[in-house]
Amino acid sequence: MTARINLGPLFFHWPSDQMVDFYARIADEADIDTVYLGEVICSKRIALFEKQYDAMRERLLRGGKKVVFSTLAEVAVTLDRKHVKAICERENDEIEANDASALTLLKGRPFRIGQLFNCYNIATLDYLVKLGATHVTVPVEMRAAGIAALAKRANEHGIGTEVQVFGRAPLALSIRCYAARARDRQKDNCQFVCNEEPDGLDLHTLDNGRFLTINGIQTLSRHFLSLAGEVTQLMEMGVTHLRLSPHTGDMVKVAAAFRRLVDGHVTADEAQAALNEAQPDAVFSNGFFHKMPGRERVGTLA
Amino acid sequence: MAKAATDRPNRPELLCPAGTPAALRTAVDAGADAVYCGLARRSNVRNFPGLNFLPDEFLEGVDYAHAHGAKVLMATNTFPPGDDLKDWTETIDIAAEAGADAAIIADIGVAAYAAEKHPDLRLHLSVQAGAASPEAIRFYTEHFNVKRVVLPRILTIAEIRKLKSEIDCELESFIFGNVGMMAEGRCALTSYVTGVSTNMDGMCSPPSHVRYEEGPDGSMSSVLGDITIDCVGPNEKAGYPTICKGRYWNSAHTEPYYAFDEPNTLNIANLLPELIEAGVTALKIEGRQRSRAYVREVVAAYRHAVDNILAGRDPDLANLVALTEGRGETKGAYASKRWR
Amino acid sequence: MPTFLPLVLRTVPLFVLQAALDRIVSNIHRQRPRLFARMGEASKKAILIDPVDMPFVVRMLPDNVTPDMRAYRRGNSPAADAQIRGTFAGLFKMLDTQLDGDALFFSRDVKVTGDLEVVVALRNALDDVDGSIATDVAELFGPPGAVFLSFMRHRGERLAHG
Repeated sequence: MTARINLGPLFFHWPSDQMVDFYARIADEADIDTVYLGEVICSKRIALFEKQYDAMRERLLRGGKKVVFSTLAEVAVTLDRKHVKAICERENDEIEANDASALTLLKGRPFRIGQLFNCYNIATLDYLVKLGATHVTVPVEMRAAGIAALAKRANEHGIGTEVQVFGRAPLALSIRCYAARARDRQKDNCQFVCNEEPDGLDLHTLDNGRFLTINGIQTLSRHFLSLAGEVTQLMEMGVTHLRLSPHTGDMVKVAAAFRRLVDGHVTADEAQAALNEAQPDAVFSNGFFHKMPGRERVGTLA
Repeated sequence: MAKAATDRPNRPELLCPAGTPAALRTAVDAGADAVYCGLARRSNVRNFPGLNFLPDEFLEGVDYAHAHGAKVLMATNTFPPGDDLKDWTETIDIAAEAGADAAIIADIGVAAYAAEKHPDLRLHLSVQAGAASPEAIRFYTEHFNVKRVVLPRILTIAEIRKLKSEIDCELESFIFGNVGMMAEGRCALTSYVTGVSTNMDGMCSPPSHVRYEEGPDGSMSSVLGDITIDCVGPNEKAGYPTICKGRYWNSAHTEPYYAFDEPNTLNIANLLPELIEAGVTALKIEGRQRSRAYVREVVAAYRHAVDNILAGRDPDLANLVALTEGRGETKGAYASKRWR
Repeated sequence: MPTFLPLVLRTVPLFVLQAALDRIVSNIHRQRPRLFARMGEASKKAILIDPVDMPFVVRMLPDNVTPDMRAYRRGNSPAADAQIRGTFAGLFKMLDTQLDGDALFFSRDVKVTGDLEVVVALRNALDDVDGSIATDVAELFGPPGAVFLSFMRHRGERLAHG
């Protein structure tokens, strides 16, 4: 059994031009099956690049990619709701739901279960499949045993299972914007400062340890998740899709590394070496899978 | 459908924490209308050592509360992983058998189990489900007949009032206690640092991974896993290390600061009349991991204040303001959008 | 300030102290069967209780089946998973669940080092005790116990308000 490579939604706030260029390159050069578009973190950002979505979508389709639109993960205020509604009204696109409000709006339509939707177990999966779920991305902190159980059940339902194998791990969401707070600003007058750090704002501990990364209302791991060493196991469990989370590194190279690994053309060590080159300065970890602290690196990969 | 927001507020339920059987009795005796508690296992999000109820103790607790006219809610507010559901389904079964007045659920699978196996067991939606919009809340009321939603601590009172007018379900709101900065049920920070998952194992900052380290200058660092969360001077109190209450620095803010939030206690005593008027049905006090003495004091003070508000008397709120024991206090999101 | 009671404790021979501890432990175990059970897995760990103003330390094994408290001369301290250090009065306050242990627990009056899990488990378990272990223990020793308890509580109040 082989697995496909997908590109998850971009968590970070990149200037519109950068984003368009990025997806154009993905469309033309990357060996990727499905690309998830859509702002999942902050509804304030959306107005800045909303108009580009259709062009990016077209470009990706022309490049032979499947396109899925992801909904906002934290939905509270009017602007959030408006955006989820707008995405769910895209009748010709597949939608990935990242919160329960999207399920209400998608009633009667097939949908995907997003990474930021809490689908932790087979009972939840069963229920959502009854409602029309066609694909599930497991929560990032899921351990091997949980992934295996979900993948097995998803296979029984005949739907896909996706696991993030590359990129900073999405750890937490908040109503408060920490990028604004770092500049002594509030969310309502943030002036979109989150676009100053395209991979997030790194947080250091008092004793100078590298710890977390701030992306607006989201907190991510400082380390980059890499499950290159676990890909064989994931495929044996029945995981059908591997998710790459977009970063400023060479994502075409990252996708190629995983493609070759999945196809058995390179070893996990060789794939990891390619990841080290594609995202220089990244420190990689894989603890969650091994029931260890997520920030730890288990195994012998270089 | 939706109730008019102009309805006269009903008598709200004062809902109090019970980390142990003794705390349950203390809260009931101090005037709680209802208490919430969990079993000593992963199915509740305060699964700390030494805390919580064995099934027998839960049964006794329900009997005690009912005999004194109070309700008992069973917290079943974590997320079972994979096919490992037994702790959660058993918790729901025990809640139903004990005659609990509701189970507080967060996971869709657990909700589906409860709704199917125990259709008479009232379900409340935990704050861990993070449902803050009418559409999200409607998902749970329509699918699982959820009767009440515990609101994430992210809305202003004006937003709560508007929400109430758009849904057909009771609202429960936190009024006092430790405010976690991250959206509940969507935080893997503890999991990242310790390998213990708040969502799956029911602990935020497990004590097994906490250390206090004294520096040569008498300073005290609070450490979680390998991560220094905060450091205080020789005569200052070292708080319990919670990642979202720690001090860090970054290139935009090179002086260490509380990057997420100051370690404050939520206390919206002054907003209580407005919150009740906005249509909140249950007022929730946080603190299942706090001592009985704390429960007694906070519950009694809020009992007094709520009764005064309902009787149209001066609620004597100064008393409540003093409850934060000299720690900083915050009105959190309730007072203003500027908090965000 | 009447300091004669702690003074008595300071000069008491170890074997006398040990006899008292044995009596205390078996009494707690009998009267409060759920206390140590409540601690779960953490009850397998040892806690060193170190009253810094006394010449002795106490190693506590909160095991549900065979709980034990053993006194040692200071300087001859045994190994333990966690250590609780504080003045005798501070530690006494922690045991006396009439008071809010939280405030004290995180203050600098009592210092916890090592494995915090067992200490948190003990604190939580103690908080479930109706009445007070301190009262139980005082009653065990008759009128002198009552005098001692009253003195310690009085002193505790003065510390809290002074």
